[in-house]
Amino acid sequence: MSYMNISLTINGLHVDVPEGTSILEAAQTYGINIPTLCHLDGLSSYGACRLCIVEIGPAENPKVVSSCTYRCEEGMEVRTHTKRILDTRKIILELMVCSTPGSKTIQDLASAHGVIQTRFRPENEDCILCGLCVRMCAEQMMAGAIAFAGRGPDRHITTPFDELSELCRHCGGCMHVCPACMYRCMGPKADTTLCSACLNLSPSCVEVYDQQQCWMPPSCGTCVRPEGNYLPATGLIIEEEKATE
Amino acid sequence: MSKVEAIRSFAELEDLHGVLVERRQGERPRISVCTGTGCVACGATKVVETFKKILDEKGLSDSVELKSTGCHGFCEMGPLVTLGPSGYFYPSVRPGDVQKIIERTVLEGEIVEELLYKDPQTGEKVEHEAEVPFYKHQQRIILAENGHLDPNDLEDFIAIGGYKALAHTLGSMSPDEVVDSVTRSGLAGRGGAGFLTGRKWDIARRQPGEPKYIVCNADEGDPGAYMDRSILEGNPHRVIEGMGIGAYAIGARQGFIYVRHEYPLAVERITKAIDDARSACLLGEEILGTGFSFDLKVVRGAGAFVCGEETALIASLEGHKGEPRQRPPFPAESGFQGKPTIINNVETWANVPHIINNGPDWYAAYGSKDSKGTKIFSLVGKVNNTGLVEVPMGTSIRSIVFDIGGGIPKGKAFKAVQTGGPAGGCLPAELLDLPIDFEALQEAGTIMGSGGLIVMDEDTCMVDVARYFTKFLEEESCGKCYSCRKGTQRMRELLDDICEGRGTMAHLDLLEELGQAVNTASMCGLGQNAATPMLSTLRYFRNEYIEHIKDHNCSAGVCTALIRYKILEDLCDGCAACAKVCPVEAITGEKDQLHVIDIEACVKCGTCLEVCAKDAVVVISGGGE
Amino acid sequence: MEQPVCGEFTFLTGKGMSAMVSSNASSASVVEESTVPGTDLGAVDNILEQHQHDSTELIAILLDVQDVLGYLSPLALTHISEHLSAPLTEIYGIATFFKQFRLDPPGRHQFTVCTGTACHVRGAVHVVDEFERRLGICAGETTPDLEYGLETVNCIGACALGPVVIIDGDYVGQMSAMKVPRLLRRLERDREEAAE
Repeated sequence: MSYMNISLTINGLHVDVPEGTSILEAAQTYGINIPTLCHLDGLSSYGACRLCIVEIGPAENPKVVSSCTYRCEEGMEVRTHTKRILDTRKIILELMVCSTPGSKTIQDLASAHGVIQTRFRPENEDCILCGLCVRMCAEQMMAGAIAFAGRGPDRHITTPFDELSELCRHCGGCMHVCPACMYRCMGPKADTTLCSACLNLSPSCVEVYDQQQCWMPPSCGTCVRPEGNYLPATGLIIEEEKATE
Repeated sequence: MSKVEAIRSFAELEDLHGVLVERRQGERPRISVCTGTGCVACGATKVVETFKKILDEKGLSDSVELKSTGCHGFCEMGPLVTLGPSGYFYPSVRPGDVQKIIERTVLEGEIVEELLYKDPQTGEKVEHEAEVPFYKHQQRIILAENGHLDPNDLEDFIAIGGYKALAHTLGSMSPDEVVDSVTRSGLAGRGGAGFLTGRKWDIARRQPGEPKYIVCNADEGDPGAYMDRSILEGNPHRVIEGMGIGAYAIGARQGFIYVRHEYPLAVERITKAIDDARSACLLGEEILGTGFSFDLKVVRGAGAFVCGEETALIASLEGHKGEPRQRPPFPAESGFQGKPTIINNVETWANVPHIINNGPDWYAAYGSKDSKGTKIFSLVGKVNNTGLVEVPMGTSIRSIVFDIGGGIPKGKAFKAVQTGGPAGGCLPAELLDLPIDFEALQEAGTIMGSGGLIVMDEDTCMVDVARYFTKFLEEESCGKCYSCRKGTQRMRELLDDICEGRGTMAHLDLLEELGQAVNTASMCGLGQNAATPMLSTLRYFRNEYIEHIKDHNCSAGVCTALIRYKILEDLCDGCAACAKVCPVEAITGEKDQLHVIDIEACVKCGTCLEVCAKDAVVVISGGGE
Repeated sequence: MEQPVCGEFTFLTGKGMSAMVSSNASSASVVEESTVPGTDLGAVDNILEQHQHDSTELIAILLDVQDVLGYLSPLALTHISEHLSAPLTEIYGIATFFKQFRLDPPGRHQFTVCTGTACHVRGAVHVVDEFERRLGICAGETTPDLEYGLETVNCIGACALGPVVIIDGDYVGQMSAMKVPRLLRRLERDREEAAE
């Protein structure tokens, strides 16, 4: 039996992966970008940010799952960029931008996904509760000083009784992986939560084909915007572009 | 009530059953008092004590049998008392009535006319429980037993043929045959999802892992639904028997009953029932002298709605936070401690012995084409006869609300019925003839859930209902999925805006867009239905939303920001009753003169409206009077 | 009468927990240990013993400890963590996750208002509001003298009687805002009689 013993299709592309691979990992291996904020190689999957959702199963009756926690199954059909998925990601990013406007990572992702308006009351939360820091602290730093407490609206990350923990070695690992506090976005003004620095349009191929068609920057050109920028599949690439500018 | 000794063979169970039936044929006069939580809250404990006291005084304690039974279902009229052998039925019995009942009915056999149930529609008095319209239109398989049993008395249960199904299963059926029977009966999970129970068992039975576990989900979190509590409190041995059969079918040796801590009486009764069953050799090692061993343990839930979800329930069984996890693997493949685990709810387990006793075809004869058997609903809210209702699947909502429920109180108009608990939806009057089964409800945009039916009348504001459920789900969301945690918060904020007069038409579009996204992106059953209450009210009661937005009018008079109270000049006689009770002293006026409400100070608690004998206090909303 | 401001008594809830700990610790040195609420560790040891120090029984242990101590004190939680060798972060997470658990001392009289759907459509909101007004606290809080505590619960399954309030374990059905003052007066009277 071959090592690559599970075959499936992602966006119609035939894919072979070893058993136990998550859909997200499979997609990444084949160069298909699925956005995520709560997954990091080396840490266990958690499935909190819901940005990596994909459709699985037959197109007429699809099931939506988070690709980071769902393992590839033999013969599975996966669609990562259907209109429904893109629309849902867009709303989630709009929610994130409205609540955590100070994160450059989130602002960039929102731009890349065509979030051009923010309709929710602005909040200034710093944490999106992705749990990367909790897992970093427990799984890589072997400290377990912080964890989730509370439920629903009261959920937060803290040390027991909100007191300084003896287990914390002040290594800073938690901050290093944090998508909200690592890069700060200075763009948004007080009266708007959406950073206007990265204007965006929806790619025309999604409107025409109900699915995004191009994956590699520079893309096929159907999505060329009036300003002459491309629209890559994730915001991370925009960051690189900015860095080189 | 005596302790049942260990029963070591099928024949011994048969013998004991015979003895108990014979002993009960003596037909001593019997007084049964319902002591379900509903009736206890109405004072049933006092009534039982008074009965005991007076029977003692009259030296009748030996010749008259006094029995505390489980919930009869007609909780509105508690405490309920039925008398044997005559079968006379007295609702709403007060301790002061006890003397009369003993002297006239128990001793003389005559009816105490003034205590009888009066049909509010026809005004006729009803003598027997079964003739009360509330019961007449029901098909009670599971609930019927509650009224005959003392839940703390195992002998009572054996006398009505209890544990016969378990004995039959162990003695003459193979596990395959049990699974096959349950599958053929069409029994589907009564917890809400409606997955075929037999198929679920089959998956677990075929799994290679050992040991296997079974779980009874009694974490009845749906507000407004309490049938599981009633079964556990009223007939705990039926659940134990069902679980024994299930354990035999899939090959489990250990089971758990996960009960809410909010149900202390249920915890107490099921714990006692387990102890009794164990000492009678109906549970534990070598059940009924066979080689089959199976034991049960009660686990208390600590108050989290999301723990009704299978994977969250398992996490909490293992001593962790009740956070759901991604399925697959399904619990039937990998559940408690990573082993195959079957989770069914209380009502499902209670159905199993009946299927074994009467055969799958008997069971499948009840119900509609695709949904088989009977289902218990808790009929609550703005309806005359609140209580537990057991009807065949496919019964229309109209029949439940009007025939059984007796319609809407005070002659108000029916507006909607909410099904499926907080994650379900509201159905309007146009759908009154909808048959209630899994398929029809899903098509109408709601779910069966565990069977709560909350009736709403013209005084219920649907926007407020949507806000209530959204707020409930916001608080009960475990908070793991961003879409669910933040999405419910934002939906609630938008609904707050509408309820408080800040809504715009754009709010509705955004609500719809957000609702779809929340239901799409979230992982567990809670998140995937978190927007359903809002979406279903938006679908059927859009006009009411628009009224709130455009006219600032809450016609039901519920949304406090949009209403004000007023005292009508021509009706007020200046009795000052309202001024006395107003918690914020917002009502002023001279004695025998017109009283006036200070709108600025008024907190809109509605107390004045409640006390006014002249109906002079009215609610005004929007521009209208 | 003014509307209470939620969080007015923050020294009793969440954020003021560290203050609670230190006040517990300092008073414990003066007063007999077991008379300070939440410090009876002997009782906690008994409960741990009953559950064979099994960490999968954590939730049951916490429920039992709360039954005995009235609430889950930081001292008790730390003690449980040490004896079960379960991380305190996990125990704290569980204690704050489930609604039944209380991290502050309860009132001597505890009012639990059911806000399940059936009670809601029959006006439970007004009952909660009235309690809040009369007691000057918000749901989930305890009066500063620790006499009365107010909380809400999502359905206790007595839907036919709604709105329902549980007062020190007794169910009172068909409540309304109007009946609240009467109820409080009765308790107040009992309290005075007891004091005499």
